[in-house]
Amino acid sequence: MDKNYFEHIPKEKFEFQQLDANIHDKKLETKSRGYFADAMIRFKKNKSSVVAAWILMFLVVFSIVSPLISPHHIKEMNSTYVNHPPFIKAIADKKWGIFDGAYVHESQSENQKLTWEAIGKETGLNPIIEVVDTTIQKEKYRGRWRDVTYYKLENNKYYERGVVYRTLAYEEFKNLVKFQDETGIQVLYPYVEPKDINDIKDNANIWYQVKDAKGTPKLDADGNFIPAYSTNQEMADLIPYDSLRIESDPGNYIYYFEKSGAVHVRVCYFNYYQYEQWKVDGEAQEPMYIFGTNSLGQCLFTAIGVGARFSLIFAVLVSAINLTLGAIYGAIQGYYGGMIDMVLDRISDILSGVPFVVVTTLFQLHLAQKVGIVPSFLFAFVLTGWIGMASLTRKQFYRFKSQEFVLAARTLGASDWRLMFKHIFPNALGTIITSCALVIPGVISSEVSMTYLGIINLQEAFGTSIGTLASQGQTAMTSAPHAMLFPSIFISLLLISFNLFGNGLRDAFNPATRGVDD
Amino acid sequence: MLKYTIQRLLFMLLTLFIIIGMCFVLIRLLPPPYVAPEDPHKEVIEARREAMGYNKPIPVQFGIFLKSVLTEWDWGISDKMYVGQDVFGLFVKKMPATVIVNLYSILLSIPIGIILGIFAALKKNTWIDHAISTLTMVVISVPSFVYAFLIQYIFSYKLGWFPFLMKSGTDYFTWDMFVSMLPAVMALSFGVIAGFTRTTRAELTEVLTSEFMLLARTKGLTKTQATVRHAMKNCMVVILPSIFGNFIGIMSGSLIIEKIFSIPGVGQLYINSINAPDYPLFIMITAFYTSIGLLAGIVVDISYGLIDPRIRMGSKK
Repeated sequence: MDKNYFEHIPKEKFEFQQLDANIHDKKLETKSRGYFADAMIRFKKNKSSVVAAWILMFLVVFSIVSPLISPHHIKEMNSTYVNHPPFIKAIADKKWGIFDGAYVHESQSENQKLTWEAIGKETGLNPIIEVVDTTIQKEKYRGRWRDVTYYKLENNKYYERGVVYRTLAYEEFKNLVKFQDETGIQVLYPYVEPKDINDIKDNANIWYQVKDAKGTPKLDADGNFIPAYSTNQEMADLIPYDSLRIESDPGNYIYYFEKSGAVHVRVCYFNYYQYEQWKVDGEAQEPMYIFGTNSLGQCLFTAIGVGARFSLIFAVLVSAINLTLGAIYGAIQGYYGGMIDMVLDRISDILSGVPFVVVTTLFQLHLAQKVGIVPSFLFAFVLTGWIGMASLTRKQFYRFKSQEFVLAARTLGASDWRLMFKHIFPNALGTIITSCALVIPGVISSEVSMTYLGIINLQEAFGTSIGTLASQGQTAMTSAPHAMLFPSIFISLLLISFNLFGNGLRDAFNPATRGVDD
Repeated sequence: MLKYTIQRLLFMLLTLFIIIGMCFVLIRLLPPPYVAPEDPHKEVIEARREAMGYNKPIPVQFGIFLKSVLTEWDWGISDKMYVGQDVFGLFVKKMPATVIVNLYSILLSIPIGIILGIFAALKKNTWIDHAISTLTMVVISVPSFVYAFLIQYIFSYKLGWFPFLMKSGTDYFTWDMFVSMLPAVMALSFGVIAGFTRTTRAELTEVLTSEFMLLARTKGLTKTQATVRHAMKNCMVVILPSIFGNFIGIMSGSLIIEKIFSIPGVGQLYINSINAPDYPLFIMITAFYTSIGLLAGIVVDISYGLIDPRIRMGSKK
């Protein structure tokens, strides 16, 4: 047979074999799954990681949303409400025992309790939530034994502030009166002259007649306070006052006191706060601090969100840079091997010996003024952060570079760069991705330590950070545990869920290492 | 083995030299701390600076620094915090507090950690194992200042068992001092316990499934005998080096814990020297921390070879 016989087969000799017949191959009934889909399924089986992923998502959403929905800006620092517990008036009024700004005072004297009751009487905002405990002690007083009662009181710290003195310019005062008229909120309370209350000048909360210079109230026969409000009309005739008056006012109390070109007033701070909000927003807002305030008077709800934003963005950025650098460095090390590997390995050995605090401090001293605190902090992380990634990539490259598919690609003329990143790197990707999820919590935790120690201070650049919040909370730990508790809970939850999530990812991507913690 | 050790030590010295050199150069590039004209120590400080070569080029300064360190062990004098005092002397004075607190901590936590780890490994895949493993995970993730806060709040404030801060003074071995150290010791221990639990559990579960364990059981050993004689021994190959590493690490202490519990130790000195800033002190402690880190690494690596002769050191991988 000569071969031409096959080359020139006339077209009509061809016919379709099974144009109408069924093909008996079975169709695949299951969907084919890629590597990632497979990993996803394995990940979902790991319950704790899934829960961690949800918590993580919640925390991330919290950090994005909380500064947006909070009524307070991070730069807003209230100098009066410092280290105050969580408070939302609507919930506090329901008396559920939460968000009521409660603070427990141990062993308070009868007099102290009376002054707080007086605040409640005058402003209508009673600071005493509950008398937790009453103890009667025998004490020697002027040679005689007598019973002294001590109270353990649970107080609303926001109401406890009561009435404060303010010195206002005439314009400001008129504005305040306008606020009272518009909203019907009583801010100004009748003036009390120090001469009527035993020359006590530093306590605006005394509106009753007193017995001594300590402010012990003088009570009438029924046990009520006797008002000591001033009716000295001469001192208050500059601006006619025809705004809100308190209930017991017979009409001749004065609500301000002229004092060298300004007016001296007693204002209920809780309501004065609303006035200050009204000045800014045109709307009266009661104090609302969902997580309370810290030692600077910042709203912790906002501050934690702002700090967490920084931590998260920063950690993701650092990890991304470190992973890229480390992958390239490790790829070069692993691919070329030999002398290059050794030299590069020594370099990374030396760098890894430098303690992180030292790097941060030196960068802070040198670079912070030139490029800013945050970039210099970032460089500090980048300087030594890539080493772990590089050694991981190097190991993977050693594993894959001598395999046949690399040889095949090289025979076909692939360049070094192409071999590294098109052929070997994708094989190492699984291991690399999974370590990535564990790098982020590491970065967050070192960042928090550095800001906690005060080596890095982000207050000017970024408002605050979790570490700063925690160290501020630490200083007032006994009187305001919430200021330490909330940042601590947040950072702990964040790190725990990140680690659990990362472990889950690693187990999902490398089933071989499942259960091996390193 | 000896050759490998010497190699490692030489490389450590080289690394240390380079790191100190970089640190020194970067510090000397900064202007020295300002001395007010009315400062009583002005003349001493300036004379000292002249002697240290502040007006000469930086390589010469480094030469002077190295010479005085190597020949007289003179690390310079503090020029901000403890004006005029010898830096190394200051450092030595701060050492005992750090070492004692950390020593108590690891003496407490290593046994607990290992026992918990063994327990988890033996009860693998039961609720005990899951509980211990999850707890370990949680404890490792939570930053140390959170423990410090919880301990101070619960034990010192609410229950009143311990003082808030470490007692001042140098009577390190009295009962009062011991009690005042306990909160710091506890706060330090959490992380170490969790670390040891995790390592022990991981190692032991691996060893327990190996074939020689099956053989040990087949030849008639009870489970306890097999675990103690065969599994534990093998698992120590990993645990012992990390114990050694921890013992070296006790000298460096924890910056955060020392700050919170006001332990008059090296960590606090370091933080203060950074914030002051007091450069001679900073360089000295940096050198110390770096060498501790490097030394711990070497000790861990060498002890692997000592404990298990099968692991050959210095051979090419």
